[in-house]
Amino acid sequence: MSEKILITGNEALAEAAIRAGLEAYFGYPITPQNEITEYMARRMPEEGRVFVQSESELAAINMVFGGAATGKRVMTSSSSPGISLMQEGISYLSGAELPAVVVNIMRGGPGLGNIAPSQSDYFQATRGGGHGDYRTIVLAPSTVQEMADLMFPAFDLADLYRIVVMVLGDGVLGQMMEPVLLEKKQTHRKLPAKDWALTGCAGRSQNIVKSLDLVVPRLEKRNLMLQEKYRRIEENEVMCEGHLLEDAEIVLVAYGIASRVVRTVVSRARKEQIKAGWIRPVTLWPFPSRQIAAAAERARLFLTVELSYGQMFDDVRIAVAGKAPVHFTGRAGGAIPTVEAVLDEVKKLMQPGKVAVER
Amino acid sequence: MKTVFERTETLYDRPTHYCPGCGHGVIHRLIAESIDELGLQGRTIGIAPVGCSVLAYNYINIDMIEVAHGRAPAVATGLKRCSPDMIVFSYQGDGDLASIGAGEILHATHRGERFTVFFVNNAIYGMTGGQMAPTTMLAQTTTTTPTGRRSNREGYPLQVCELLATLPGAAYIERCSVHDAAHIRKTKRCIRHALQLQLDGVEGLGLVEVLSPCPTYWRMSPSDARKWLEEEMIKVFPLGRFKG
Amino acid sequence: MTEKNCREEIIFAGFGGQGVILLGKLMATAAMKAGYEVTYIPSYGAEVRGGTANCSVIIDNEPIASPLVTEPDTLIVMNQASFDKFVPKIKPRGLLVMNTSLIETPPDRDDIEVMGVAADEIAHQLKSPRSANMIALGVYLKKRGLLTPQQVAESLPYVLAKRHHDMLDVNTRALMHGG
Repeated sequence: MSEKILITGNEALAEAAIRAGLEAYFGYPITPQNEITEYMARRMPEEGRVFVQSESELAAINMVFGGAATGKRVMTSSSSPGISLMQEGISYLSGAELPAVVVNIMRGGPGLGNIAPSQSDYFQATRGGGHGDYRTIVLAPSTVQEMADLMFPAFDLADLYRIVVMVLGDGVLGQMMEPVLLEKKQTHRKLPAKDWALTGCAGRSQNIVKSLDLVVPRLEKRNLMLQEKYRRIEENEVMCEGHLLEDAEIVLVAYGIASRVVRTVVSRARKEQIKAGWIRPVTLWPFPSRQIAAAAERARLFLTVELSYGQMFDDVRIAVAGKAPVHFTGRAGGAIPTVEAVLDEVKKLMQPGKVAVER
Repeated sequence: MKTVFERTETLYDRPTHYCPGCGHGVIHRLIAESIDELGLQGRTIGIAPVGCSVLAYNYINIDMIEVAHGRAPAVATGLKRCSPDMIVFSYQGDGDLASIGAGEILHATHRGERFTVFFVNNAIYGMTGGQMAPTTMLAQTTTTTPTGRRSNREGYPLQVCELLATLPGAAYIERCSVHDAAHIRKTKRCIRHALQLQLDGVEGLGLVEVLSPCPTYWRMSPSDARKWLEEEMIKVFPLGRFKG
Repeated sequence: MTEKNCREEIIFAGFGGQGVILLGKLMATAAMKAGYEVTYIPSYGAEVRGGTANCSVIIDNEPIASPLVTEPDTLIVMNQASFDKFVPKIKPRGLLVMNTSLIETPPDRDDIEVMGVAADEIAHQLKSPRSANMIALGVYLKKRGLLTPQQVAESLPYVLAKRHHDMLDVNTRALMHGG
């Protein structure tokens, strides 16, 4: 298909997952991502692949655990409250080093919250989310096209590193429609054979998929191996983009839907002679700390913009490491910062002679 | 010399970590023997639960996966749907299956998933040190029912076979026991039958509940434990076929 | 697409069942096929059921950064509740297309252009009461001229569910009517 079609983010993501070789989908309905589950219910059987509507998110992530253990490409999708329920399973997947893709189309919280867009699950997504010292790779699309395109690296990274990859969108990205070119985007990564998979032990010794180790030095060693893997990922897999950073005095940092607000803000600020630039992390973990640190060598100050009350803000501050003040503006509970409000904040911060104090 | 016992191939030759008089070792052996008799060692995936038998993969030499507490039927669903040609079984205790995993076993049965469940009921939490299970008997003393289980406080012992047999998705449900040699032989036939049904592609879930002694946390000698199982437990958990 | 910086932000609003979501999808699809960049965001979920429905569409000849519409250039509104909610948001010198069949009061703004159309009455006259939405869109297209009614009608088969394809002709006629 070489013609653009108008399609929702949820549907684009679902179709791309199928084209990326998804073999089994397990999920439980929750707004605002039901289109993914419904799309899979229709398309997966057409392709002769597995679809199961589970009895809960808890069951869904454990079906993913079982499916992943057989070496198949598997995924689930949910929204914030459901992702909280899945954290146990994500920890087990991480402990057993099983590859899987988990999609979170974030909504307003905490608790049942609402079904409007949000970015308030950043901490949960980027710090592991469940118990234990582990990480998940977190990809943050910002357009419907990217909702589709990022599914290809999502599955490849999961297989390459035997890790959970979380695709972190929000209610707007899931529900909105934009023209999309649906293609098979090869990442050309050389993927290791899944010789650990449970395929029956005929002709080889027993494979065991597990996370338990009652012997302290062995579990410590296993943790050190995981940490070493996470360092390799931090070294090699950062994705981010930036614009107008060469002479930027103020750098706006935002991801996902907020990054699109920020692009408009920056172009309007430039028209008003404010030297603004922007950085958009595509991977939230590994975080583009180096790129932000490099920008901090030149910029006078930073402003993070989020649909939360300052979560990625912490990572930006860690990356900037005191070289410049880092400010925050954002809204949550389903509200979205407007271009006008963010632009006002930029102007306020850039007032001549203003002493910048954080936050 | 006449051979009276031979270790079956799928069972590892190693010392057990189970307590004296525990039923797990026997049940492991019956499963391993059934797998070998049906020639399934190379095409079976087993699920080890959370509980005393979490290390089942150290005894049963097949591909195995260890899962979160109670989630075995969901994991089994993922395994079997993704690999329909494999024989998939879960091995679950009473806390795992009847308490924390009650939702998962109910819905896996409800969907008619085509895997096999070996449900070991010893009326107690063993691994965590003798707390009340859903299947704990009335008046039975545990560390969390120090004055004995009371129906008006902790409810009645949960009868899993009776409950699941009401679901159309259940293909085969039977309760047996390992308190003596005759019942061990009968249990073996049930385990083998359940695996055979899966091998034959029968639609629906198969579950074999095995009443099993826990002398350590029943605070009894192994022989008293077997006697208590026979005289008391079977009254509340009657043996027999409930479905299929 | 000869104009530079041609950009139009539209909100479509009404109650559930009036077809405003369909209008948004139709406009976005037609604009995409005409070579524009487009974004479309619906109101979704529980808030749609039984209550008001709305969606926003941006049409631009340059890539669209923020897809969020806070102050639309145009509001196409089909009922009173949505009228009350969205009229204050219209940009100064913006355009209001209102369904006078169901909205009785005129807007209390004098800085916007107002086009009233008795969309339900006209749809009844056309013997297609469910095409009131297309009547309103036709009025808008005649005024703004970003796309012709014919261009928009050509996209109807892509957005109208197959089971409603018997309505392609009447909807096309309603679009061409122009109020």
